[in-house]
Amino acid sequence: MNKNSALIIHKPYFKYLYGVTVFFLILTGFGQMPIFKRYYIADIPGLGWLAEFFITHYMHYLFAVIFIFITAYFLTEYILRIQKAVKITISGYLRIAIITGLIATGTLLVIRNFSGYRFPPGFIIIMDLSHFGLVMAFLFSGFICFVLKKKWLKNRLK
Amino acid sequence: MQTKISRRSFLKGGALAACSLAASNVPAAAGAEKGKQLATLIDISKCIGCEACVEACAEENAEKFPDPKKPFPKMYPKRVPVADWSDKQDVTDRLTPYNWLFIQYATVEKNGKQLELSMPRRCMHCINPPCVKLCPWGAARQLENGISKIDSSICLGGSKCKAVCPWKIPERQTGVGIYLDLLPSLAGNGVMYKCDRCYNRIADGEIPACIEACPEDVQTIGPRDEIIKQAHTLAKETNGYIYGENENGGTNTIYVSPVPFEDLNKSIEKGKGKPHFNKVKDVMSDANNLGMAVLIAPFAGAAAAAGKFYKFSNSKQGDGSDE
Ligand code: SF4
Ligand code: SF4
Ligand code: SF4
Repeated sequence: MNKNSALIIHKPYFKYLYGVTVFFLILTGFGQMPIFKRYYIADIPGLGWLAEFFITHYMHYLFAVIFIFITAYFLTEYILRIQKAVKITISGYLRIAIITGLIATGTLLVIRNFSGYRFPPGFIIIMDLSHFGLVMAFLFSGFICFVLKKKWLKNRLK
Repeated sequence: MQTKISRRSFLKGGALAACSLAASNVPAAAGAEKGKQLATLIDISKCIGCEACVEACAEENAEKFPDPKKPFPKMYPKRVPVADWSDKQDVTDRLTPYNWLFIQYATVEKNGKQLELSMPRRCMHCINPPCVKLCPWGAARQLENGISKIDSSICLGGSKCKAVCPWKIPERQTGVGIYLDLLPSLAGNGVMYKCDRCYNRIADGEIPACIEACPEDVQTIGPRDEIIKQAHTLAKETNGYIYGENENGGTNTIYVSPVPFEDLNKSIEKGKGKPHFNKVKDVMSDANNLGMAVLIAPFAGAAAAAGKFYKFSNSKQGDGSDE
C-alpha cells in the first residue's frame, strides 16, 4: 500500500491525534461543571483556564470538531475500503455506539446554544444527563477494553 | 391595537387595557405567537427612586424566596463559600436571593447642570441567555416568551450561571435545594435566585408586579419589536441613549437614558450584586460560530475520506498497479 493511500487508522499520528482529542474533550467537558475551582485543580499553575467557562466551552467545541471529523473519516473508510478485510469487534461496536450517542447528544446541545433555539426543559435535562452518562460509559468501556486487551478491529477469517 | 401596557394605562384603560393585554401580550406569553419574546422598556428619566417596584417585587415573589435549613451541612473543601442572606432579607441596595430588583443612583452632568437619576436594575432577560444555555444541568431555562428563570427545585447552586452572566445577576443562597438530598458536602451549594419576570403573572395575563406598582410608569412591557420601536422613538424625542438592544447580542430589557450610559456607568455604585452599564459583546458568539463547524464536521470527515477513496481507486485503475 503506498504511503498516501494509507488508512487513517494506520497513519502514525492517528493514535496520538485521537488520544489527545479525547483527553481534551473529557477534560474540557468536565470543565462545564463548576468543579475545577472548588477542588483546587484550577489552582495548579498552568491550569487556571480550566475554571474559565468560556475557554473550556470553546475548547470543547474545537476538539469536538476534530473528533467528529476523524470519526466520520474512519467510518467512511471502513465502509468503503476495509470492511472486506477486517471487521469491527463487538467491543468496537459497543464503543462506536457510545460515541454515536455522545455525538448525537452533544450536537443537540450545540444546536440548543444557538440564539433562538429552545428545547423543552425536560429534554435538556435528559440530554445533559445522557451526555454525562455516556462519557462515563465511554471511560469505563475504554478502561475495560484496555485491561482485557480488546481491540476495535480484527481480521476477517479467510 | 394597543399592545404595550404600563401601569397607568392598565389602570386607566381598565377593561379595555385588560382586553388588549389578553389579546396581545398573553398569547405571546403563552407561546401562541411563536418566537415572540417579551421585552420591557425602562425610561430612566421618569424614575423618582421611590422603590415601590422593589417592595412590590419582594411582596409578589415572597413565596419563591429561599427558606434555608440551618445549620448548613458542612461543605468540602473548606474554601467553598457559604452564601447566607436569610438573616439579611431586608437588604434592598443590591441584588440578593431575597431582592431581585434594586434601585441604582447616579449623579451626572447634562448641559452644565447636575442631574440626579435613579433606575431599576435586575436581570436583563437576554435573548440568548448564557445563564440558561450554559447551565450544566438544565436547571435554568428560557420560556418561549423570552423569560429566563432558574428552577429552584433542580438548581444545585454551583453559580455557573452567575459566572457566565455578563452582569453577574443570579445570587446564591446556601442551605436550600436538591443538593441537600444528594451529596451536600461534596457537590452543590444551594440555589441561585434572580428576577423571573413574574412569569406566573404573565401566564395569567397580568403584568409584572414591579411594572404595576410604579407610580411613574417607568416600565412598559410588550413584544420586543414594538418595545424596540418605542425605545427608538423615545430616544429620538428626548435626545436619549439606548442600552440593552445589542448588549450581549440583544436583551429583553431596553433602557433609555437622558445621558450616555458611559456617564451613568461612571457614577453608579458597581460591585457585588450591583451590575454595571458596560458595553457587552455577545458572550455566546465565539463558541456558536465554532458550533457551525461542529455541525459540518461529520459531513466534512465523510467527504474527505470518500474523496480520497475515489482518487485512490482512480489512480489504481489508471496505472494498473495493485498497490
Ligand atoms: S442578564 Fe444574566 S441572568 Fe439575566 S438572562 Fe442575561 S445572562 Fe441570564
Ligand atoms: S419582573 Fe417580577 S420578579 Fe422581576 S423584578 Fe419585576 S417584580 Fe421582581
Ligand atoms: S417604582 Fe417606578 S419610580 Fe419608583 S423606583 Fe421603581 S421604577 Fe422608579
